[in-house]
Amino acid sequence: MLYFRYVRMVFRCQLQYRASFWMTLLAQMLVPFSVLAGLLMLFHRFKRLGDWSVADVLLCFAAIHMAFALSECFARGFDQFSQLVIQGEFDRILVRPRGTVLQVLGARVEFSRFGRLLLSVLVLGAAIRLADIPWTALRVLTLFLMITGGAAIFIGIFMLAAALCFWTLQGLEVANIFTDGGREMAQYPLDIYRTEVMRIFTFIIPFGTVNYLPLRYLLGLSSQTWLAATPLAGFLFLLPCILVWRAGVRHYQSAGS
Amino acid sequence: MIQIQGLNKTFTVPERASGLKETVRSVFKRQTRAIHAVRDLSFSVRPGEMVGYIGPNGAGKSTTIKIMSGILVPDSGTCDILGRTPWKQRKEHVRHIGVVFGQRSQLWWDVPVQDSFDLLRDIYRIGEKDYQVTLEQLTGVLDLGPLLQTPVRSLSLGQRMRCELAASLLHRPEILFLDEPTIGLDAVSKLAVRRFIRELNQEHGTTVILTTHDMHDIDALTRRILLIGQGRILYDGSLDDLRSRYEETDLERLAVMLYQEHQL
Amino acid sequence: MSHLAALLMPYRAAFRIRLQQNLQYRIAALAGIATQFFWGFMLIMVLEAFYRGSDAAPPMSMPQTAAYIWLQQAFLVFVALWYRDSEIFRLITTGQVAYELCRPTDLYLFWQARLLAQRLAGALLRCLPILLVALVMPRPYRLTLPAGPAAFGLFVLTLLTGLLVNVSISMFIYILTFVTLSPTGSMLLIGVAGELFAGLIIPLPLMPEWLQRILYCLPFRLAADLPFRVWSGHIPAAQALAGWGQQIAWLVILVVLGRLAMRRALTRLVIQGG
Repeated sequence: MLYFRYVRMVFRCQLQYRASFWMTLLAQMLVPFSVLAGLLMLFHRFKRLGDWSVADVLLCFAAIHMAFALSECFARGFDQFSQLVIQGEFDRILVRPRGTVLQVLGARVEFSRFGRLLLSVLVLGAAIRLADIPWTALRVLTLFLMITGGAAIFIGIFMLAAALCFWTLQGLEVANIFTDGGREMAQYPLDIYRTEVMRIFTFIIPFGTVNYLPLRYLLGLSSQTWLAATPLAGFLFLLPCILVWRAGVRHYQSAGS
Repeated sequence: MIQIQGLNKTFTVPERASGLKETVRSVFKRQTRAIHAVRDLSFSVRPGEMVGYIGPNGAGKSTTIKIMSGILVPDSGTCDILGRTPWKQRKEHVRHIGVVFGQRSQLWWDVPVQDSFDLLRDIYRIGEKDYQVTLEQLTGVLDLGPLLQTPVRSLSLGQRMRCELAASLLHRPEILFLDEPTIGLDAVSKLAVRRFIRELNQEHGTTVILTTHDMHDIDALTRRILLIGQGRILYDGSLDDLRSRYEETDLERLAVMLYQEHQL
Repeated sequence: MSHLAALLMPYRAAFRIRLQQNLQYRIAALAGIATQFFWGFMLIMVLEAFYRGSDAAPPMSMPQTAAYIWLQQAFLVFVALWYRDSEIFRLITTGQVAYELCRPTDLYLFWQARLLAQRLAGALLRCLPILLVALVMPRPYRLTLPAGPAAFGLFVLTLLTGLLVNVSISMFIYILTFVTLSPTGSMLLIGVAGELFAGLIIPLPLMPEWLQRILYCLPFRLAADLPFRVWSGHIPAAQALAGWGQQIAWLVILVVLGRLAMRRALTRLVIQGG
């Protein structure tokens, strides 16, 4: 498919800069590692976080960081969209007979984000060993959906932030509240936070649906199977984001650059 | 083939404040001003024509090109290209045009030219056989053979421009928009580019719209000039007519006199 | 004296221009503050959840913890090691620093002054809005007032001295770049380690006892952990003064070592021809 050809192209471009690639990869591992260190130290002192054990929290940690790493890697084009606009590349995108979303996704792929992914996989491995998950096929699927649904949410937020660039290049930092902020929050099961915050991050930006809701089913704390399907809300979240993106493209076409 | 009628486009631009006091004031109220890029613009182009589009900077040239490419939507007026409205049927329309922006590259910077061409083939869904034929032709005429395996960042400007031209023609568009294609090129490359465009027009009947500041480009390629100033078409005729009218053969002086006549 | 005034003049001008620039990007500035605000709020929520769920008494009370986090956010520009000056990096990596040596100023002091000015300008704009909003937050997220006028005075003292210590530590990052010629490598390691050791990831008192003992021997905590706990009274006045003494001692050591390192790096540069 065309997207994979784009990915291959970007990979070859980045291969040209080998040293900085590995350096960034290392950086990508160190930063979440220090956060993990903090988390483990807190558990060392407090033993439990409400009802949750360290293994439960590590599952959340691994899932959300994997989701974030995947989204940062593949949707980097939206993450860095302001650059694309400033450099005039979006005009070129409009002159090609393909959809804008596909082209922006293909413009940048950041393979160095795999550092975070690698760390998360290791944490996931440890968490699975520590937690006592009553494995079934459905539970494996649940875990998979937690990660991919989370990635979909992040991609949606990136898309919204990128669409904002069509109207103004200022104030983009606010999007970080939802991406970095969302990621840091969802490292922990969201039900430990205040109710209002929990509701915002479950119903408006559906992090809760890839976090504590399916987690309860995954750990066998609840036998309500519908919980396993909640991560699909993450994919549904993409739909309004794409609509906003389209509106942004229309605005760009009438307002110029 | 190209029919433009009564195009209008106005931009609102924020005013930048200078000095500390003004900056503080701008925190509370944003000042804007209106720029009328294109005013009641009308012209048409027949298939196979080569048109030179000249005018001072800010006159509306790039706005018109953007409207014709489908990138920009005008406030009012109609534009019919090959039976389509560019901004309404963007993907279909764009399949039939090629655009070369003089200062921005459409090639992927760090990889060999051939890789960029291959990816463009996939983007434009060109059939493999057609692609090979076209590629061979373009490589021959533009002498791209030794360049194909070189990464774009290692090419000189002249070499890069030849590759850009090839890239914009891989899908055999009927219309080619060239935005300052010879800017910054050395004399030899300029001649090569001009010769190529002329042959393209003669052999394949490609319609060419060329914006440029270089009057020699106009002289070499086009018989028809559109002068745009302050958003309007101020002159639509041939270079020879201008020569006899001003009784001047030197191209630079001709351009100066033309601009002066229209107070640009 | 006139030497100092002349040295300061460009920084006053730079300060004004920076202020102007910051006002122009008003939305961006607001967005940055909003982000920091959310971050602080979230950290407090997490810690509060841990405190709530556990039977053991936390080493710092909730109000003291909240103060710690809010002060971190308000003065982030002071305490973060990774606040970089790309201009200096550029000078080093392109070799242009050789031109700086032709000036009749002491390069170490010059750069220190420049880094100080940057951090001061950066922090002064952000700290007030964050502090003001934090003061009116509902409990337990509220920033409590300092534990008395003495605590406040000591807070200001240790905060400013801590800033000097931090800038002196950051000088080593730039000096290291003379050798490695790549800004990211050295920034990275020192930045991440510095954050952890300064209590920016989780407050120092919440770390295991053995780790705390090690970290008290290092200077990283002196710019952040010390002044913030002085504010909340977690560190009483007498200990605070001792802490200030530590800061001065470290400052002397860091500056002396820094100047030495810089001199060596510069002589290498001159010998190698840049």
